[in-house]
Amino acid sequence: MPETHTFDVIVVGGGGAGLMAAMNASKTAHTAVLSKLYPSRSHTGAAQGGIGAALGNLEEDHPEWHTYDSVKGSDWLGDQDAIEFMCEEAVQAVYDLEHWGLPFSRTPEGRIAQRPFGGHTNNVTGKPVRRSCYAADRTGHMILQTLYQQGIKNGIEFFNEYNVIDLLVVDGAIAGVIAIEQATSELHIFHSKAVIFATGGHGRIWEITSNAYAYTGDGAAVCMRRGIPMEDMEFFQFHPTGINKLGILITEAVRGEGGVLVNNSGERFMERYAPNVKDLASRDVISRAIYFEVREGRGINGQRYVYLDATAETVNKYAALDGRTRPDGSPYRVTADEILSKIPDITDFCRTYLGVDPAKEPIPVQPTAHYAMGGIPTNKFGEVVIDEQNSVMPGLYAAGECACVSIHGANRLGTNSLVDLIVFGKYAGLKAAEFALNASLPPLPKDPTAYTRQQFDILRGGEGTEKVAKLAQEMKAVMFDDVGVFRTDKGLGEAVDKIQALRERFKKVKVADSGEIFNTEIVNAWELGNMLDLALVTAVAARARTESRGAHAREDYPKRDDVNWLKHSLAWWSEGSVKLGFKPVVITKYPPKERTY
Amino acid sequence: MKITLKIFRFHPEKDKQPHYSTYELDVEPTERVLDLLEQVRGFHDTTLAFRRSCAHGVCGSDAMRINGRNYLACKVLVRDLNATHITVEPLLGLRVIKDLIVDMDPFFDHYKSILPYLVNDEPLPADGKERLQSPEELERFEDTTKCILCAACTTSCPSFWSNGNYVGPAAIVNAHRFIYDSRDRAAAERLTILNQQGGVWRCRTAFNCTEACPRDIQITKAIAEVKHAVQTGKLD
Repeated sequence: MPETHTFDVIVVGGGGAGLMAAMNASKTAHTAVLSKLYPSRSHTGAAQGGIGAALGNLEEDHPEWHTYDSVKGSDWLGDQDAIEFMCEEAVQAVYDLEHWGLPFSRTPEGRIAQRPFGGHTNNVTGKPVRRSCYAADRTGHMILQTLYQQGIKNGIEFFNEYNVIDLLVVDGAIAGVIAIEQATSELHIFHSKAVIFATGGHGRIWEITSNAYAYTGDGAAVCMRRGIPMEDMEFFQFHPTGINKLGILITEAVRGEGGVLVNNSGERFMERYAPNVKDLASRDVISRAIYFEVREGRGINGQRYVYLDATAETVNKYAALDGRTRPDGSPYRVTADEILSKIPDITDFCRTYLGVDPAKEPIPVQPTAHYAMGGIPTNKFGEVVIDEQNSVMPGLYAAGECACVSIHGANRLGTNSLVDLIVFGKYAGLKAAEFALNASLPPLPKDPTAYTRQQFDILRGGEGTEKVAKLAQEMKAVMFDDVGVFRTDKGLGEAVDKIQALRERFKKVKVADSGEIFNTEIVNAWELGNMLDLALVTAVAARARTESRGAHAREDYPKRDDVNWLKHSLAWWSEGSVKLGFKPVVITKYPPKERTY
Repeated sequence: MKITLKIFRFHPEKDKQPHYSTYELDVEPTERVLDLLEQVRGFHDTTLAFRRSCAHGVCGSDAMRINGRNYLACKVLVRDLNATHITVEPLLGLRVIKDLIVDMDPFFDHYKSILPYLVNDEPLPADGKERLQSPEELERFEDTTKCILCAACTTSCPSFWSNGNYVGPAAIVNAHRFIYDSRDRAAAERLTILNQQGGVWRCRTAFNCTEACPRDIQITKAIAEVKHAVQTGKLD
């Protein structure tokens, strides 16, 4: 018999959102965190450039400006009530992190340092504003460490290296989750009144990605198989500056500190695409610009990449041309040492993986799959909503990258992922605890682990004529080629067919390792199943949306179409087929208008 | 280029003794050792077990011994090793569970023992904003904030190998991170913990930890500062 553990609230995922949720839920409710990694290994730790909040430590700024920038960044697909809420809450959230010990970089006055970031502007002048609160270029690392430290301090109960395989739903009530313990392969029943998913994204479905191996979309896939729709899955962000071929992220902060993108003739090409903010335009805009340059033969050496130049000479040249100044009004001029001190990790990555010293040479970069705007639909309190009318699923919550509130709409602004997980992680935790205190523990289903066992039995019992690694390679390739920065009906149709074929072939996988202790093979195989299902939903939703908006760029429908497509998609999963529905976008203060930078 | 990859193997449900598996691979000099392990697991032996996640040196999952030295497998390239024979083994000093996977719990228990969190019960600033900290005050402990808890340092330490009760370099690094934070108020408690039998005095300044750290933290220096603070009760 599997062991049964009983809690009020189960948090699935030990990254930033999960830890925030657990900290807040555990104030009043008996809470546990289940994480497939040790929490300090979570992908929040890979975030670099900063967390956006209108503290105004260096110049005038307002949460309303942050709100508008995020609405515009989302290409008007973000829900404006939720965005406004997030940008107002962001300020206190950053102070909370500081009070918990986060070692932010500081201004000379000892306040939290802030830097410019893509799409964040002074709404009066339209120029970049210093809004991103940072700890060098390891802000995510410091957030993750700080929250994990607080988790230890507050005695939060962790189940590390447990993968959640199934969500228990009994007569419409959440009853807990089923998890497999990696060390033993034992199944565990976590019986609870509320469940919070905070499992991160699914960027590993693309060939070139900044995402961790762990980013296989487990939480989203588990919910989807239990009837929860996925919202806006066609919107996936490609960050413009990944290290060529490897996809490792080079933070926007490099451009915030003055770095510029150049093509093979040394031209700063973003001047043509975004004359106002240039290299600090939104990520979708820059990723497309890089593709145009490459397509026109202006990639470096005719290849698929361009240069990100952060040498002092180049930074100072363009800062002078832009008339960039420091907070005291003096001209912005930097030395190589100053730049390196602001981006030590990036310097280390470039030296390690490229043998390039960014103080002396430009960095070869290409767009890299980076962030899921879509996911499990929630309202602004982290409550999961399951239909076109936003009906709440009692007891089920989601926060962070796996959730779609939606504050990022069709394109997320840099720094807003960290804001998202702190703010909505907190509210998901508070709401789940509140729910649990007023609810009774639902009964468990008759055979709680039946569906979990069934999934593993299939993986153990296949013909063995297909390999997980081969199928994964083919999926990643088709997703990068046909469901990437640019999309067409033809390409998307082929991608749907290809992924369906891969899903059939996946049934022929057979796990060779019959052992139970750290059977990483069976867990990795199960993760591929999640990725294939999410890839299919992504391609189907992308094919349906016959417009271009934010990160979703259709070559056959190059314009945004507010008449027909100012709406969120919802995708329901049913035995390998996808049914689409739609729900309206919440628009409060900012009617849609043309989006230029 | 052609290389020979030798991997430490131990399947606890089948093997009485550990052994090595050897693979002849054709690889690029710019590939990470992690890429090689993925290639083996994906196409040669799917039962190979190891941990990994971020694949670029920030999550700390894949610390292991490569040609006799601790590295993150994702942060060392084939060309860095200057060798055509690459041997990959689990970290020393922690129990091997399966192949390259070791029991991390003792490591995290040591980490937790030094109060790895900010302690300050004084009232927050009246305006609700941040506590002030000068760039110089931050610089005093910034280096030790970079730790990713990968265990490369602790498991390279001869003192830790010989005595698992020693808290080890990683725990001391994290103690340093708070002891020298101008906002923290629990330095004395941490120094008391580190003055005990399993504390800083087990450090013999072998320097292995500093060489092993994939984040280039000046660990030996940090330990020396903590030793000095334990001895003098002063944080200068």
